[in-house]
Parts: sequence; C-alpha cells; structure tokens
Amino acid sequence: MDFKLTKTQMLQQELFRKFAETEIKPIAKDMDEAEEYSAELLQKLQKIGAFGIPYSREYGGQGADVLTYTLCMEEMSKVDASTGITLSVHTSLCCPCINEFGTEEQKQKYLRPLVDGSKIGCFGLTEPGAGTDAAGVRTEARLEGDYYILNGTKIFTTNSGFADTFIVFALTDKSKGPKGMSAFIVERDSEGLTVGPNIERMGIRAASNCEVVYENVKVPKENLLGKEGQGYKIAMTALGGGRIGIGAQSVGIAQGAIDEALKYVKERKQGGKPIGKYQNTQFKLAECQTKVDAARLMVWRAATAKDNHDNYAPLAAMCKLFASETANEVTRVCVQLFGGYGYCREYPVERAMRDAKITEIYEGTSEAMKMIISGSMKV
Amino acid sequence: MKIVVCIKQVPDTVEVKIDPKTGTLIRDGVPSIINHDDKTGIEAALTLREQLGGTVTVVSMGPPQADVALREALAMGCDEAILVSGREFGGSDTYATSGILAAALKKIGYDLIITGRQAIDGDTAQVGPQIAEKLHVPQVSYVEEVKEATEDYVVVKRQFEDGYHIIKIKTPCLLTAIAELATPRYMSVRGIVEAYEKEIKILGFEDLKDDLELDMIGLKGSPTNVYQSFTKEVKGAGTILKDLSADEAVKAIVDKLEEKFII
Ligand SMILES: Cc1cc2nc3c(=O)[nH]c(=O)nc-3n(C[C@H](O)[C@H](O)[C@H](O)COP(=O)(O)OP(=O)(O)OC[C@H]3O[C@@H](n4cnc5c(N)ncnc54)[C@H](O)[C@@H]3O)c2cc1C
Ligand SMILES: Cc1cc2nc3c(=O)[nH]c(=O)nc-3n(C[C@H](O)[C@H](O)[C@H](O)COP(=O)(O)OP(=O)(O)OC[C@H]3O[C@@H](n4cnc5c(N)ncnc54)[C@H](O)[C@@H]3O)c2cc1C
Repeated sequence: MDFKLTKTQMLQQELFRKFAETEIKPIAKDMDEAEEYSAELLQKLQKIGAFGIPYSREYGGQGADVLTYTLCMEEMSKVDASTGITLSVHTSLCCPCINEFGTEEQKQKYLRPLVDGSKIGCFGLTEPGAGTDAAGVRTEARLEGDYYILNGTKIFTTNSGFADTFIVFALTDKSKGPKGMSAFIVERDSEGLTVGPNIERMGIRAASNCEVVYENVKVPKENLLGKEGQGYKIAMTALGGGRIGIGAQSVGIAQGAIDEALKYVKERKQGGKPIGKYQNTQFKLAECQTKVDAARLMVWRAATAKDNHDNYAPLAAMCKLFASETANEVTRVCVQLFGGYGYCREYPVERAMRDAKITEIYEGTSEAMKMIISGSMKV
Repeated sequence: MKIVVCIKQVPDTVEVKIDPKTGTLIRDGVPSIINHDDKTGIEAALTLREQLGGTVTVVSMGPPQADVALREALAMGCDEAILVSGREFGGSDTYATSGILAAALKKIGYDLIITGRQAIDGDTAQVGPQIAEKLHVPQVSYVEEVKEATEDYVVVKRQFEDGYHIIKIKTPCLLTAIAELATPRYMSVRGIVEAYEKEIKILGFEDLKDDLELDMIGLKGSPTNVYQSFTKEVKGAGTILKDLSADEAVKAIVDKLEEKFII
C-alpha cells in the first residue's frame, strides 16, 4: 500500500491549487455576498477541463481518474465550496447517468458537450415531498406517441440556474412505486420547463439552486435513460459515486479553514504572545488536522475503489459521513480560534462554517449515510 | 513553423541561498518552477502556432528533475520536450550553457527560438543573446509584443529604456521574452494526462559532441570565475511617518538625521 499521489496527480493538484488561489479566492467572498456564480469563472473552469475530469477522452473528457477529481474538489473547496458543488453536481451526478446508462447516441449528443466543457448539467431528483425518501417522487412521465410528457416540481436542483442539460426522475408507472421510476435527459429550452429564482440559503450561496417546474414538458422518447423502471437504480448509482465528491468537498472546506487559522494564530497576539503559542491552540489545530487527514484518506480510498471498479458505495457513504461531520467540527473550531473576528464576514472562516453545514445534508443526510453503512454491515 | 522555446527550471523563491563553499546555488528543498519569462515565451509560441501552424518544442538544460518543468510545458500544449542533461554539463556558466543549448538547437532544428529575457535565479540575461551569437542568427531581446508573424519574418515591438523599437527580423531568429509579451495559460487536466503519456527525449554529451568539446563545457569551459558569493543581508523595514504636516515631517526627518549623526 502506497499513500503517495502519482507524478501526474501531483501536477494536477498543482494546477487546481494555483487556479483556485489565483482565479477563485479573490472573488469568492463577493460571489457569496452577491449570491451569484461568476459566468466568467465558469468559462475559465471549463477551459482547464474541470468539468470532465474522470471521463474518457473518446467522448471529449479529460481522461483522468476519480482520485484526480477528488483533488480538484478539495483544492477548489478550500477557497470556495460553491465552486465545489457546481463541479460536483455536474461531474458526479449528471454525467454518470449518461456515461453509465446512456446509449451511444445519447453519449455523443449529450455527454460529449458536458465533459468537453461546453455545456453544464444538473440533476433533479428531490421534490418538496420526496427528500431522504427519494422513492416518494411524484413527478410523472406519460408516453404519448414519440414523446414522454413530464409534469411535476423538483426542488433544490443545483446548477439549474444556468445548466443546459437536466437529468430528471419521474414515474412512468405510478402503481409500481420506485420500480416505476425512469430517468430522462431534458434540454433547458424545452417548452414548459421553468426555473425559479435562486433559493436563499445559509451557505454555498454562490451556487445556483432553484425550484424547477415541469409542466407538460415534451421529452423525445429517445431521451429515456436505460429502460423504463430503471430510474431509481440510476439515481442511486449516481448518488453512490457523488458522495465521494462531497467527501472531498468537505475535506477542502476543513483544510481551507485550518490553513487560514494557521496563518492567523501566528499573527494574532494576546497576553503578549501570538495565540499560536498557547497549548490549547496547538492541540486544537493538531486534532483538526488529524481528523482532516483521516477524512482525506477515506475519500482517497473510496475514489481508488471506484477507479478499480471495486464495490465503492459503502466506502463512499463512510467517507461522506466522516468528512462532512469533520468539516463542521473543524470550521467551528477555527471560527473559535479567530475569536470575534471569526464571526465577521471579513474572514473566510465565517463563510467556511456556513458552507460546511450543507455537506451533512445533500446527496443523502448523515442519517441516510448511516442507513447505507449499517445496511452494508447487514445489521 | 518550428518554434523552440528554451526554458529553465528555477527555485520558486526570491530568497535564493548560495553554498558558501562552492559559490553555487543550493537547490535542495526549494520547490521548482518554470522561470517566469520562459513561461511567457511558451505562451507566445503557442499563440504563434495557433496563427501559423507548425510545432512548439521546449528544451531545457538541467538535471533529470527538470522533467517536471518540461511536463508542465507539454501540459500547456507544447508538442515536444527535450531535456539536455549530462554530468559533463554540470558547473557550466552562462557561456558554457549557451554553447550547449546552441549545440542542442542545431540538432533539434528551428525556425524561431524564444528564450526568456532573464532567469530569476542566475539573473544574468546572457544566455538568450549568447545562443543567437553562437548560432549566427539575428536576435531581438526584450520583446513585448509580436506584431506580425510569417514563415519568413517577424515584426516585434522591443522595449527600450525611453521608448520602444519596432523591428522586422528575418527567420530563423531568436527572441527574448519579457512579462508584457503574454499571459501564460493554465495547463489543462487533459494536457497533464497527455504530458505524462509522452516521452521526453534526452540529449547528452554524446549526442552533441559534433558541436561540443569537453573543454567548452562544465566548469572547465566556464570562463566566469566566481570570486565570492554571499547572501545579501536583509535590511530592516523602513519607518513610515503618516498624518504629519509639512513642518512636522521636516522636523521628524531632521531629528532622525541628527540622531544618526548624518548632519
Ligand atoms: C443546497 C442544496 C442543494 C441540493 N442539491 C440537490 C440537487 O442538485 N439535486 C437533488 O435532487 N437534490 C438536491 N438537494 C436535496 C437534498 O439532497 C435533500 O435536501 C436531502 O436529501 C434531504 O431531503 P429533505 O431536505 O427533504 O429532508 P428530509 O428527508 O425531510 O429530512 C429531514 C430530517 O429527517 C431525517 N430523516 C428522514 N428520513 C429519515 C429516516 N428514514 N430515518 C431517520 N431520519 C430520517 C433526515 O436525516 C433529516 O435530518 C439539495 C439540497 C440543498 C439544501
Ligand atoms: C561560474 C558559474 C558557475 C556556475 N555553476 C553552476 C553549477 O555548478 N550548477 C548550476 O546549476 N548552475 C551553475 N551556474 C549557473 C548557470 O550558469 C546558469 O544557470 C545558466 O547559465 C543560466 O544563466 P542565467 O540563470 O543567468 O540565465 P539567463 O541568461 O538570465 O536566462 C535567459 C534565458 O535563457 C534561457 N536559459 C537559461 N538557462 C537555461 C537552461 N539551463 N536551459 C534552457 N534554457 C535556459 C531561458 O530561456 C532564460 O529565460 C553557474 C554560473 C556561474 C556564473
């Protein structure tokens, strides 16, 4: 066993770090305040290939591995968790549905522009009445001739404000429950598709997150992913891998907060010496770094399992559970180390603590992770 | 057009330490980067390739660790990378370095050579011009803009102390790049994947010996005699006097000069 990154992965990490420091860090606070993601930054991210990292070059992707994708998630989330989720929903929720379940035609038409950086994707599963219990989806898809007619409301669809390609889950057979659920590729400009305003949130405020209403939206028959009735499986497969990305985002948020705190405790003097000279500060930071390292190793383990086509789903759930709770604990400690200044918008740890909370909720709550993990333990 | 860019791997720090015994740079433990001006040169070359077609080759003389600098250049989009490396080359000064690079360039072939103006560590700004002299090709240093480029000639704007020159120069030729010339692009994820799939060609003394003699390279071939090297002492930060009236400021300065027995 070797815990070292390869030379290729190290150079990738250097690219992500430099890009994040130069292009994102200086504007992250402003994007958070404005509650809007910079369109220019999206283009820059597309240009370096950030939207197609673990996808085959055959389809226009970048040809790197899942581990490299987690390095990207960590480096971007260190300075801005909103960038993390924007990349993550596209890369590990939307694209896998087409990559793993799409036909050759669907891949050429929809996957290629998503992974070559010309289009952005989103994933609409959650509804006002169906969150943790995703099987409770009510959106319907009725086959009429060559089209499915979609009706329903999705909530919290990340990236929907600017995405081009929507993966939508709807019931093709209401009588069968989750076995009657199917997945569709829907284009943004479809008639009857309405994206609501950005939902006001506590954290990851720069990300786009809206309600999407589907009212008699005509979707060509050939945009069905897999077979009718496979929708629930497709959603669960995507989420199973997506959690590795959220684990990496959590590690990034936490490491970013520690990095800021490390600088601060060396500068801030109280009682005649830098607060970093107090043992409490040292021990707190030691505990934080130890947990973040453990979380990172869990993320890398899950990513490596996915790269090796091993059974990664329980590993992904564990890394997401541990990393997201670590991110919350670590950012809270870091705000504490900053004292009153940590509570002020001027310092990035304030944003980090707000951003951390969502990692325990989306792509399955911590409670849902425990259901998956205990299930895999056959408790 | 075949464009060749000479890149040097330099330590990523303004605080370059010098070994007091040997008088050479200590490189251990300092992260390495591509010299800034050279990265600018790479960008200029890639832009020219996009306009004119052709290829961009990067060449670096250095130890095997310079590999990563060459991979980075490939990941930015260069077509080919060559490492000039060998024990015989160690200890070369700028004169010997430019001789070795000129020999390598002869072997590689070129229509246009771009070097950086100056390396942030050695800092002499001599290597580019010396290469041109040794290859007997025309050169323009301090290039801040390429105004026009064809297979046969390039028109460049050259920075000058109190103005600039617009120079038309026949190819093959050599240009030295300054920061104003271009903003280097980022590597891309795919570029990095592909950079590590490519092979980096290594040229050693044996490959270049038609144009090199052992006494032209290394310490033996280096006419520069370093008498003494030392790390500059860091000066303390200055004092800033703020919010004073003109009279108060004059008094403060005079007091300070008196205190130091300067007046
Ligand atoms: C910012 C943001 C972005 C999002 N992005 C997307 C997206 O892009 N696409 C998408 O489809 N969805 C998205 N979501 C939805 C997200 O995945 C859900 O919010 C999440 O799954 C929880 O569902 P819920 O909000 O309905 O909470 P509920 O399911 O109502 O849960 C409420 C509480 O009850 C607990 N609970 C629920 N069921 C059980 C149980 N059986 N046992 C024990 N405890 C239980 C939960 O753990 C939680 O603590 C996003 C949400 C947010 C806030
Ligand atoms: C007496 C003496 C002894 C030295 N001994 C050693 C030694 O033992 N070990 C050692 O590592 N260095 C040694 N050096 C340093 C070595 O001479 C310089 O690294 C080299 O000649 C480049 O000079 P410079 O840094 O001033 O580059 P500049 O002339 O400022 O560089 C201008 C441009 O030339 C190109 N260029 C310069 N160097 C290279 C290169 N290596 N490959 C490709 N392109 C290049 C780049 O495009 C660069 O931007 C010695 C120098 C002296 C004076």
